[in-house]
Amino acid sequence: MREKSKTHVTLIILVLTILGLFLANRYLDAYKIRIINLSGIYVTLGLSMNLINGMTGMFSLGHAGFMAIGAYTVGILTMPVSMKQMNFFMQPIVPFLANVEWGFLPALLAAGLIAALFGVLIGAPVLRLTDDYLAIATLGFAEIIRVVFTNTQSLTNGALGLKGIPNYTNTWWSWGVALVTMWFISFLMKGTYGKAFLAIREDEVAARAMGINLFKHKVMSFSFGCFFAGVAGGLMAALLGTIDPNMFRITLTFNILLIVVLGGLGKIGGTVIAAVVVTVMMEALRFLDESIDLGLVQIKGIPGMRMVVFSIILIFVVIVREKGFLKRTKGRELTYVKN
Amino acid sequence: MGDVSIFLQHLTNGISLGSLYALIAIGYTMVYGILRLINFAHGDIFMLGVYLTFYGVIYTPLPWWLVFILAPLLTGFIGILLEKVAYKPLRGSARITILISAIGASFLLQNLGIVIFGGRPRAFPVPQLLNHVIKLGGVSINVVTFIIPAVSILLLIGLTYFTTKTKTGLAMRALSKDYETASLMGIDINRIISITFFMGSFLAAIGGILWGSRYPQLMPLMGAMPGLKSFIAAVVGGIGNITGAVIGGFILGLGEIMLVAFLPRLSGYRDAFAFVLLIIILLVKPSGLMGNKVTEKV
Repeated sequence: MREKSKTHVTLIILVLTILGLFLANRYLDAYKIRIINLSGIYVTLGLSMNLINGMTGMFSLGHAGFMAIGAYTVGILTMPVSMKQMNFFMQPIVPFLANVEWGFLPALLAAGLIAALFGVLIGAPVLRLTDDYLAIATLGFAEIIRVVFTNTQSLTNGALGLKGIPNYTNTWWSWGVALVTMWFISFLMKGTYGKAFLAIREDEVAARAMGINLFKHKVMSFSFGCFFAGVAGGLMAALLGTIDPNMFRITLTFNILLIVVLGGLGKIGGTVIAAVVVTVMMEALRFLDESIDLGLVQIKGIPGMRMVVFSIILIFVVIVREKGFLKRTKGRELTYVKN
Repeated sequence: MGDVSIFLQHLTNGISLGSLYALIAIGYTMVYGILRLINFAHGDIFMLGVYLTFYGVIYTPLPWWLVFILAPLLTGFIGILLEKVAYKPLRGSARITILISAIGASFLLQNLGIVIFGGRPRAFPVPQLLNHVIKLGGVSINVVTFIIPAVSILLLIGLTYFTTKTKTGLAMRALSKDYETASLMGIDINRIISITFFMGSFLAAIGGILWGSRYPQLMPLMGAMPGLKSFIAAVVGGIGNITGAVIGGFILGLGEIMLVAFLPRLSGYRDAFAFVLLIIILLVKPSGLMGNKVTEKV
């Protein structure tokens, strides 16, 4: 009975999404479509980070790095050969990639898989660190990836970035991937693996005592998260058409973290709503940064004000909802002051 | 002969950068020692210190040396305020929660910096006394390169005296050893935490002034990188340990300068050096060079 009604809810959501996208594509202008695309991508990003941070309880701040890997994979693989020659005028591109031109789907899958591979390579050594050490190590890795991409001229075109990536991303792609992510993560969390992730989040020691292989499950959750981060990075690259290493600074991770915190750590529905709300707000609050001309009065925008508002929201939410979220992780092991 | 003088030049540069990292790292290590919290906003406190000095020197009639003392004191109070607003309401809750709040505070300060000070880079008003080049046996060195380590060492001696000989310092060490027991012994936790934040921020601001005298370009985001690197210095040395923070700072500063000097091909990877070092240390000796071994209690 309960299973059945859940299937109904899923179906209704699916139909509504398709209908909504259809109507949106028909009646909205390019700017609004772009926001819808971004929302879809941020849903994927928020969910993938929530899988790592909220559901498995590992505090990772490396998302921007894995997105960068995905974005560059898609950028390099899908870019037409002639465009590559124009981009790489400082140094020619490495020969084995020079004549590659893939379709979007295989490129997206490659983006996810390469990001996941890096997730395993990076995760295997650092995931035994806890809390803040893990946060700073993953942040470090994201930063290293960015620095490496800035310096590998013949692979990523260095600081110049890539221009003219084909704009494959449309609302069907961005929301299709978002729905697949949603489905996959809820499917994962229903099964044994999901239960193991939650157990690790609640209490690592107890989980280990119950026979859960900590290492295996942590690396698994981390690389799944990285896979979707890579795919989302690829979607982002094909949406914007232009990428450079400086896009993937910690600010990007901060935006995703904001979504995860607002949506609730470990919550799928909340993350989806928060992703849409934050993306729309990011655009809606743009007036804070830019001057608006109202004819008679001119309101002078202050650059940076938007992020000030968002930072205040983040701190406020964390402080206010402190009782509500993470309630179950409030064990002795995880508290602020460890004895 | 030429090689030796070039090496000496790099060495002095490395030492002065290292002592800057050390000054900032102390703030991280002291706060972590007591609260087990990475104060992500520490790098931005450093930035505030530099900007306050900048405005003090340019817009007030006060002599520069007085501003160089007043600005760090003011920064210290901002540090106390930061703790009261962003961290105190969360005391006793999950560590991830507080870490998120710290990241939020860091972004708040950075963007407030952009809003208030503007995004354009400014030039730090370096006093003439600190900014002239002297020649020492064929090596020409800016005098500030010597002043930085000298000031740092003086402050370190002061800090060591404070933490080992005074009653407040004793309370601080007690809190970092065992928070719960120490609080049962009648130590006023709020006062000690405020003092810790004050001192950390004060030292960061001094580090900021010296940093500005060495690299006189101010930007609202200037605190992010030195902040992260100094945190790494604190971890490398063993977080919670002041001597460790200093050693870590020197390792990082010297390593960075030497990497650029002797492997110019890798100079683009300068910013990655610190992170590679961090990851190696975390894997080989997670408690840092001087840290106590942490045993997991079940």
